[in-house]
Amino acid sequence: MTTMTIAKAINEGLRATLNNNPRTLLMGEDIGPLGGVYRVTDGLIGEFGADRVVDTPLAESGIIGTAIGLALSGYLPVCEIQFDGFVFPGFNQITTQLAKMHARSNGNLTVPVVIRIPYGGGIGSIEHHSESPEALFAHTAGLRIITPSNPHDAYWMIQQAVDCQDPVIVFEPKRRYWLKGDVDTESPGASADPFTAHVLREGADATVVAYGPLVPVALAAASAAAEDGHSVEVIDLRSISPIDFDTVTESVKKTGRLIVAHEAPTFGGIGGEIAARVSERAFLSLEAPVIRVGGFHMPYPVAKVEEDYLPDIDRILEALDRALAY
Amino acid sequence: MGATHLPATEFDGTGVDDQLEAEAEAVLGEPPTRMVQLLGPDGTLGEDPVFSAYANRLDAEKLRGFYADMAAIRRFDQEATALQRQGQLALWVPLTGQEAAQIGSGRASQPQDYIFPTYREHGVALTRNVDLAELLRQFRGVSNGGWNPKDTNFHLYTLVLAAQTPHAVGYAMGIQRDQKLAAANATPDQPQEPKAAVMVYFGDGASSEGDVHESMVFASSYNAPVVFFCQNNHWAISVPSTVQTRVPLADRAKGYGFPGIRVDGNDVIAVHAVTEWALERAREGKSPVLIEAFTYRVGAHTTADDPTKYRGSDEEAQWRAKDPLERLEKYLRAEGMADDAFFATVKADGDELAAYVRKTTHDLETPDIRTAFANTYAEAHPLVAEELAWFEEYSAGFADEASTDEADKDGAANR
Ligand SMILES: Cc1ncc(C[n+]2csc(CCOP(=O)(O)OP(=O)(O)O)c2C)c(N)n1
Repeated sequence: MTTMTIAKAINEGLRATLNNNPRTLLMGEDIGPLGGVYRVTDGLIGEFGADRVVDTPLAESGIIGTAIGLALSGYLPVCEIQFDGFVFPGFNQITTQLAKMHARSNGNLTVPVVIRIPYGGGIGSIEHHSESPEALFAHTAGLRIITPSNPHDAYWMIQQAVDCQDPVIVFEPKRRYWLKGDVDTESPGASADPFTAHVLREGADATVVAYGPLVPVALAAASAAAEDGHSVEVIDLRSISPIDFDTVTESVKKTGRLIVAHEAPTFGGIGGEIAARVSERAFLSLEAPVIRVGGFHMPYPVAKVEEDYLPDIDRILEALDRALAY
Repeated sequence: MGATHLPATEFDGTGVDDQLEAEAEAVLGEPPTRMVQLLGPDGTLGEDPVFSAYANRLDAEKLRGFYADMAAIRRFDQEATALQRQGQLALWVPLTGQEAAQIGSGRASQPQDYIFPTYREHGVALTRNVDLAELLRQFRGVSNGGWNPKDTNFHLYTLVLAAQTPHAVGYAMGIQRDQKLAAANATPDQPQEPKAAVMVYFGDGASSEGDVHESMVFASSYNAPVVFFCQNNHWAISVPSTVQTRVPLADRAKGYGFPGIRVDGNDVIAVHAVTEWALERAREGKSPVLIEAFTYRVGAHTTADDPTKYRGSDEEAQWRAKDPLERLEKYLRAEGMADDAFFATVKADGDELAAYVRKTTHDLETPDIRTAFANTYAEAHPLVAEELAWFEEYSAGFADEASTDEADKDGAANR
C-alpha cells in the first residue's frame, strides 16, 4: 500500500502497462518532455522513448484516427486529449469510426484504443477547460466509459482500460488530480472489474449516486445529512457505460429514494438515464421521484460564477430534503 | 505571384531554422521558400524588388507609430503577466517576441476588414482599437469575450484551436457576395464602398488541425477574399514546429493553389508590406494568400507553462538578439526619425497604460450567473426559464438563512 495522488496513480498505471505490454504506446499533445499539461505522463518519454510516448502534431482527429490504425495493426494506443473541450475535433473519429469498427466488421476487427480526457470544472479555468461531455459519448454504442474518483481506482482503471478489447474513454476528474489516497499496487481488490459501481457508504434513508469529481462532494453531503439524523448511502458509479444498474437498483430497493449528481447539465445527462432505469426496475420501491442534481442548460459559465453552477454539498442536501419530504 | 518567385534576402537564420531548411530541401528536392526581410536585426533597411515599394509608403510618423504600438503592447503584456502573478487573472497568454508580426499585420488592415484572432493577438487588438482592458475579462474569468466584435471588426478570441479559420473563409464569402450585389445595384452617382477582406490568425501548432486544411480548400475553391496569417512562433506549448511541418508552412499554400509568403516576423516593416500586398490582393478578388510570419515566443506559452521543461535558454537568447523593438529603434535613431525624447514619451505612455489596465482590472465586475441563463438562447426557452426559476427559489432559501444568521448574531450580541 502506498499513498499517492490521482495524477501520480495514473502515471504509475501507465508505467506499469508500458512495462507489461510492449505493444502499449501513448500519444497526445505535449505528453513527451513536458509530461502533459497535468504532468500525468511525466518521465515516461525518458523511460520508454519517443516511439512509445509520442508527442503528436496538434490535431485531435489525427490522434484518434491514427490510434485506430495503430490498433488495427495490433498496437494498444492510449491517447491523451488535453482538455475536455478539445475532444470535439476528434469527435467524428471517435463516434463514427472507433465506436463502430467492431460492429461494421461483423465482429472481425477490434480497436482497443484508450482515450484519456481530463474533465470537469472547479479549477477556475477559461472557456472549454471545464466541460463534462460524457453523455455525448455514452449515447454512442460501442464505447465504454469509466471515471475514477480515487487513486487506487485510477491506478487500476487505466490498466484495465488498456486490457479491454473495446475502445474505452477514461474521463479523469481534473480537479481531483491532486487528491491523495492509498493505492494497493499488488491487487485491485474490489476494483477488479472496472465496470462495476461501488457502495462507498451504507445508508438506509436515501441513495446518492455520483461519479468522478462529485464523489467527495456526495460523501461530504452524506456526512452532513447524518448530523441531521438522515442515513444516506453513497454510490460511486465508476463506469458510465455500461452502468452497473444492479448495484444502484439494489440500493434503491433498500433506501427507497435516489438522487443522482453530476457536473454535466441535467438535461439529456446520465442522471436521466439512471432515473428512467430505476423507475422501470424498482418503481414500487420508490418513496419519491428520482431527483437529478447537475449543471444548468447553458454553456459552462465563466470561472467567477462556476460556484453557482457546480453541484455542491448544499445542492445535494436540498435534493435530499425534497426526496425525504415525500 | 508564387512564393518561390520571392527574392532571397539575408535573414540571419543562424541555428534554429538552418536544420529545417536543409530538411525541407531534402524533402522538396529544391530550396525552400526564402524569407522576406527588409529591416535586418542590425537596424539597416534592405532592398526588395516587390516589397520595397510597400515599405516606401511608410513615413517617419507611421514608423514611429509602429514603434509606439509595439512598446505599448509589450508593456501591456508585462502588466498582464504581473496581474496574473498577483492572482488578478486566472491565466495570461503572453506575446513578447511577436509584436512586429502583430502590429505590422494589424496596421496593414483597413477599418472595413474583419479580423478573426486566436487568443494571443493582443497586439492586433490594439491596432483595431479594442480597449486593452477588455481583453482581460476573459482571462479574469468574468466573460468569455469582453468586447463587441461589431464595434471594431475584431472577432472574439477562440480557444479551440483553428476553429475560427473556416469562419473567416465563410465571412469572406459573405463579403464576396455583398460586393457582387453592390456592383449589380450600383448607380453611377453613388459613392463606392471600400472593398473589404478578412484576415485570420493561427499558430504553427494549429496549422496541423483539419479545420485549417478545410478552410484553405474552401478559400481556394471560391477564391474568397481572405488572408491566412500564421504566426510561426516555433512552439505549440512544448512541441516544436518541426513536429507540425517538415517544410516552411508558407509552402503549403502552393498545394491549395494560392500564394504563400514567408516573412521575417520580427521585422515590422516587412510584415506590414507583405500584409498590405496580400490584403490588397484579397480585396481585389485576385486570390487568398497565406502569410507565414517567422517569429518566436520568447516567454512561456501561458503563465501556466514551464518552458525549461522542453527547451534550452540558448535558443531564447538567439531570438532575443532579433528583437523587433530594438531593430526598429536602431533604424529610427540612425535615420534621425526619433530621438531620446520620443523614446522617453513612449515609455511614459506605457507606464500610464499599465496603470490604467491595473486599475481597470480590479474594477472588472463579476457577472451574475443570471446573465448566463439569459444569454444561452436568443429567444425564450422553456427549459432555461424553468431552471432559472428553480435557481431563484433555491437562492432565496439561502437569503432566508442568511437573515436568520444575522438575527442570531444580533440576538447573541444583545444577550
Ligand atoms: C483543439 C485544441 N486542442 C488543444 C488545445 C490546447 N492548446 C492550447 S494552446 C496549444 C498550443 C498552440 O500552439 P500554436 O497553434 O502554435 O499557437 P501558439 O500558442 O504557439 O501561439 C494547445 C495544444 C486547444 N486549445 N485546442
